[in-house]
Amino acid sequence: MLRKGHSVLPGFGLTLGYSTLYLSLIVLLPLAALAASVSHMTWEQFWSAVADERAIASYRLTVFTAAAAAATNAVFGFTVAWCLARYRFPGRRWMDAVIDLPFALPTAVSGIVLTAVYSPGGWLGAWAAKAGLKIAYTPAGIVLAMVFIGLPFVVRMVAPAIEDLDPEIEEAAASLGAGRLRTFTHVLLPALVPSLTTGFALAFARGLGEYGSVIFIAGNMPMHTEITSLLIVTKLDQYDYAAATSIALVMLAASFLLLLSINLLQSRYSRRYGGSW
Amino acid sequence: MRPTEPRWMRAVLICCAAAFLTLVLLVPLAAVFVEALRKGAAVYWRNVSDAATIDALLLTLFTAAIAMPLNALFGVAAAWAVARFDFRGKNLLVTLIDLPFAVSPVISGLVFVLLLGSHTLVGGWLAEHGVRVIFAVPGVVLATLFVTFPYVARELIPLMQEQGSEDEQAAVTLGANGWHTFRRVTLPRIRWALLYGLILANARAIGEFGAVSVVSGHIRGSTNTLPLHVEILYNEYNSTGAFAVASLLTLFALATIAVKNILEWKMRRSRAAAEGRG
Repeated sequence: MLRKGHSVLPGFGLTLGYSTLYLSLIVLLPLAALAASVSHMTWEQFWSAVADERAIASYRLTVFTAAAAAATNAVFGFTVAWCLARYRFPGRRWMDAVIDLPFALPTAVSGIVLTAVYSPGGWLGAWAAKAGLKIAYTPAGIVLAMVFIGLPFVVRMVAPAIEDLDPEIEEAAASLGAGRLRTFTHVLLPALVPSLTTGFALAFARGLGEYGSVIFIAGNMPMHTEITSLLIVTKLDQYDYAAATSIALVMLAASFLLLLSINLLQSRYSRRYGGSW
Repeated sequence: MRPTEPRWMRAVLICCAAAFLTLVLLVPLAAVFVEALRKGAAVYWRNVSDAATIDALLLTLFTAAIAMPLNALFGVAAAWAVARFDFRGKNLLVTLIDLPFAVSPVISGLVFVLLLGSHTLVGGWLAEHGVRVIFAVPGVVLATLFVTFPYVARELIPLMQEQGSEDEQAAVTLGANGWHTFRRVTLPRIRWALLYGLILANARAIGEFGAVSVVSGHIRGSTNTLPLHVEILYNEYNSTGAFAVASLLTLFALATIAVKNILEWKMRRSRAAAEGRG
């Protein structure tokens, strides 16, 4: 018997049966197809696809840019979250609402508009060009796109944690003679490290898999500005299903591991991350 | 009184935050509309009312119209099973529901190509019978169902767990049948959260790019959703056209954010009311 205990409520078999069926058809079966196609391959086939020079260059680029973007978001996202949680100022509600823009805006739109703004002829790209910086069509552009889509993860993770800080701790620190900076670095920041780490990891995970907003601004030069997601699509376009599947499996394994560690982190400091975008 | 930073420090931090958000979010947001209207309102209108744009819009709405009821049905069923009963494998089920969030967009499309592409067993059989899934509309719908899968269930499960089942048990004990209990007791208490989950899922359905791009094959007018149409126009160097279509999607995104904020307010209020009553 699957069911434990007794409830007077009806509908157990129907709802569980339907959920399981729908889950199997829409999610599990397609993922199983990925595993099945890999199992048809020989080890040499798999290895030559995933350890290919171009594939390795794409992993390096993707991991490096996603980490740089998540780090940028950890710093500025923290600042934004701090202002939203602690201060009352004109425009605060607008600031709060606009944080969700990257969640709501289709990635293709953010991709083309970031390219337009930050390419050498664009509004901000022209300024950067004068300063000798090239953003669009370089790894810096990829980082920018990943900063854009990762920002809400950090802000929405950290702001509630800042609000939850117990005021008495700060008062105690202040009354014991700690300055404001010392209170922040020694008392507040350590309490916020778990949520900041989780926000960083979520933004990093999102950056690793991001496709739409990155491909327009990246330039997509093999070995230089080609992210792993794009390499998978390129292999598919060439009907090289074996290579596409192998590289996808590496990526899938990486993001599962990452999200598993995020879940462990979260269950330790249990707090559901706000919103599910 | 909670200690706080000196006034100048607060001002510096707020300015830093505002400058960062302006560079990353606000300037691009404004640029969508400026670029779309660069050649004037008449060209904008022509781009927006172009036959290919309308086709893409219709496919996008069609896909969302299939995905939303299925998401609502699955979300409610899963939440009812998980939040109202104890059974073996419950934690596994909850974990598996989140799975699509861990899969990157391109891979979400790839798995359907591997399952149903014409080179596969199932896909080959379907093709013999004249059914095309991959590089056709059904593929776009399936990929959308995959990427929007967790949203509603994720909102409803924690809410219904928190609410508990006393009221529903009372209704059933007093002789109401299951459907009646759900409609009269459960639904009024979860409607805002249900709508919230659907709004998030809908935004994703309409905006999804990577997964849909992989399964669509980019056939103009037949498997082209709005985001894919943006890409096609952009790659044809029709930047004004691409931004005109993008501006439609941006307006939709802004509307989503507005509705989301209203629903968050409604949910806070109904939670406060429930606490007041309890």
